[in-house]
Amino acid sequence: MSDWVFLAVGVMLLIAGLLALYRIIRGPSILDRMIASDMLLTTIICALGAEMVYNGHTRSLPAMLVLASTAFLGSVVVARYVSRRTNS
Amino acid sequence: MSPQDDQPASVAASTNPTASESASARKVSRTEVRGRVWKQLPLLLGLVVLWGVLWGQFSWLNILTGFLVAIAVTRVLYLPPADISGRLNLWYSLVFIAHFIADVTVASFTVAFQALNPRPIPTSSVIAVQLRTRSDFVMTLDAIAMSLVPGSIVVEVDRERAILYFHTFDTTTAAAVEAMRAKVLVVEARIVRAIGSKDDLARIHETEATR
Amino acid sequence: MILDSILDILTGVFLLLGGFLSVAAGVGLLRFPDAIARLHATTKPQILGLAFVLLAIALQERQLSTILLLIFLLIFQMITAPVSAHMIARAGYRGGIIAPHSLLVDELEQAIDAAPEFDDTEPGSE
Repeated sequence: MSDWVFLAVGVMLLIAGLLALYRIIRGPSILDRMIASDMLLTTIICALGAEMVYNGHTRSLPAMLVLASTAFLGSVVVARYVSRRTNS
Repeated sequence: MSPQDDQPASVAASTNPTASESASARKVSRTEVRGRVWKQLPLLLGLVVLWGVLWGQFSWLNILTGFLVAIAVTRVLYLPPADISGRLNLWYSLVFIAHFIADVTVASFTVAFQALNPRPIPTSSVIAVQLRTRSDFVMTLDAIAMSLVPGSIVVEVDRERAILYFHTFDTTTAAAVEAMRAKVLVVEARIVRAIGSKDDLARIHETEATR
Repeated sequence: MILDSILDILTGVFLLLGGFLSVAAGVGLLRFPDAIARLHATTKPQILGLAFVLLAIALQERQLSTILLLIFLLIFQMITAPVSAHMIARAGYRGGIIAPHSLLVDELEQAIDAAPEFDDTEPGSE
């Protein structure tokens, strides 16, 4: 029974990741792409967490931390770049 | 960003300008000396705990190196000190956190169902909310709390006049706009009751009495 | 034994809720009309979804050091997500990404019209 739960969670995270990927490819503006890639990273963090629960270890925690800070820095840098370009 | 900058605005609100001005000025000069170290301490302790957590253990060597790294980090990457009032009401902090968790949970599922619901997407608005606080810290907390509650994002901040501009989702009527504005003020009042200064608290009570 | 199975069930429920919120965020990302609406759809349900997954981890690995790290991770996300959302929203508003007629009221535009020097102050973003 427990395996079915993890399968369902995996499928849902996969769908979420694919939808984010679609928006990254299609997204009309760079901001749409940034929002979508931010969400893709959060989905990956969730997937890492689910995998840790499934296999019962905590080795991926530092990776989650690094991914979280990467997502934050990425969106801030892109947002600053965009607002600077539109200001001047 | 010293508190004196905010004086003209608060003087306009109070009935007795000279008395309140001199009182708050005296308070600032006395607490400023003591406050320097005091206000840095929570940040330093937090950084030391973080260092220990990242290493996975709390040995004496870790705590010592943690303190050294924390001092180095706060010196090199200097941030302007936040004007924390120093008042902390534990009960109202718990009230704020409980309301916050409830808000985030309810609103997250609301937005999730709006996304899955096949009916057309509701219209949005950009609204301005005049806050009553004079503290940057309360304003920041309010902005963060409202940003985490789905349905509102801070678009622009007017720090000098303490106005937050929100982009709000699903505000199709003028009544919904007013409800969102009231919501921001309620959250502000909760934060001020938890950690705000006495001046802010008095201002909140004043506006709630007249309403 | 009973406690363990209750915790296992709770873990499964939290993971499923996290997955559901992720999917809903993805669908919102697909359907919503402009960048800021998509921002509403993704960032916040994602935070709660992440919180659910972290809760599930905490229920399985009941160790103090792990839980501290999870709390730190959650607080880090809660502080950084509004900042990046604000910066993207601000850049989007200035870049004219919102379609103007999609808004019911726009009080920021009124404020900018009332004070032409408004943009020069750059409040609170540096």
